[in-house]
Amino acid sequence: MTHTIRLQLPYHLRNLAKVGSEITLEVEAPITQRSVLDALEARYPMLQGTIRDHVTQQRRAFLRFFACQEDLSHESPDAPLPEAVASGKEPLLIIGAIAGG
Amino acid sequence: MSTVRVLVGTRKGAFILTSDGKRENWDIAGPFFAGFEMYHLKGSPTDPNRIYASQCSGWFGQLIQRSSDGGKTWEPVGNKFAYDGVPGTHQWYDGTPHPWEFKRVWHLEPSLTDPDSVYAGIEDAALFHSGDGGQNWTELSGLRGHGSGSSWTPGAGGMGLHTIILDPSNLKRIYIAISAAGAFRTDDGGVTWKPTNKGLRSEYIPDPAAEVGHCVHHMAMHKDRPGVLFMQKHWDVLRTDDAGENWREVSGNLPTDFGFVIDVHAHEPETIYVVPIKSDSEHFPIDGKLQVYRSRSGGNEWEALTKGLPQKNCYVNVLRDAMAVDSLDQCGIYFGTTGGQVYASSDAGDSWNPIVRDLPGVLSVEVQTLP
Repeated sequence: MTHTIRLQLPYHLRNLAKVGSEITLEVEAPITQRSVLDALEARYPMLQGTIRDHVTQQRRAFLRFFACQEDLSHESPDAPLPEAVASGKEPLLIIGAIAGG
Repeated sequence: MSTVRVLVGTRKGAFILTSDGKRENWDIAGPFFAGFEMYHLKGSPTDPNRIYASQCSGWFGQLIQRSSDGGKTWEPVGNKFAYDGVPGTHQWYDGTPHPWEFKRVWHLEPSLTDPDSVYAGIEDAALFHSGDGGQNWTELSGLRGHGSGSSWTPGAGGMGLHTIILDPSNLKRIYIAISAAGAFRTDDGGVTWKPTNKGLRSEYIPDPAAEVGHCVHHMAMHKDRPGVLFMQKHWDVLRTDDAGENWREVSGNLPTDFGFVIDVHAHEPETIYVVPIKSDSEHFPIDGKLQVYRSRSGGNEWEALTKGLPQKNCYVNVLRDAMAVDSLDQCGIYFGTTGGQVYASSDAGDSWNPIVRDLPGVLSVEVQTLP
């Protein structure tokens, strides 16, 4: 089953991918961090390596994943995302950590 | 009339400075990749419109950008730098083993013959090559694996491979330098490497004359004399006349022989330039006076070049990749500072003018001389 997922990227990655403040992705279930990021990188290959490491696939240390007022950064990449994200009601937010200018 | 294009990498973006051969009036384009650290930009010698740029950030990691129109437009290309095999460990600052980890690309060196061929010097130190315009990168792992890698240590700025010099007379010969491991050379296109540090002395390592462990800051070569190289080490300015087999100090009358940059005049192979920096503890010019030093004798005898440079209250640094020369008849010299100034001399260093004064801190300067 395919879901329409809303995703918001940080400013620099929006510029890199040449997209606006929010994008939508068609993602096959199950809807997880991994499946959403796989779909994102397949559609925007220039983002490969910028959100998670090429080799280990681990989230880059200064990025966070938020949704539905929750910090999902430390959830398993294969854990289901909240239903509100899977249904497209809420976006998944990729946020740059506040760490200076 | 010829055109000069100066490629400037800064801590917050890249800038392209363009002038005609008079080098009096400059057009400033940028920032490109605003907000990103731009460690280095360099154009292909065979296709000047092909430019490669290293773009990085603590948040988003490493990107490589490529232009095919002289820097007007850019496209991101491959950014996967995977070490060959299990990279093992090098020494940490305290001498303990530390895992080899990719951090960033310090230097990009396009091939002398093919615009799609380009080398990348990275931190933690290794040399990579792309033969497809930067889309895919492969480590030349004979360097890191030649035997001494486990004893290399980072310098204050990290363990970067920052200097890549391609020999125009022998396309299989490449010189590189690493902080803090030293200089190395390959004669077979990068398959095997040897340390070339004989003659270097560094008091900050247990054996001052060790085969590796020296903090080489930068090296330069004149294209017509590829066996002669000049080196600015952590302390000491040196030269070799036998392709790195033996080095000798040529610091001579420099007021301090600490510094980062070194470069060679485009038409006078014995005319070299450095910017003396007070010490490894105080990274700024002596007495707040920014001075380029020039030797017309390949070292030992040096003269201060001060006309047009600030001679009071100047406490900037000039980083290792932040000096370059053009190849116009009257050789132009360029350097950028950590204070965001880019200075140019159109008379081989006799006098200087700032092209621009208030950029972010300058990490690198390269020059293209266009017909």
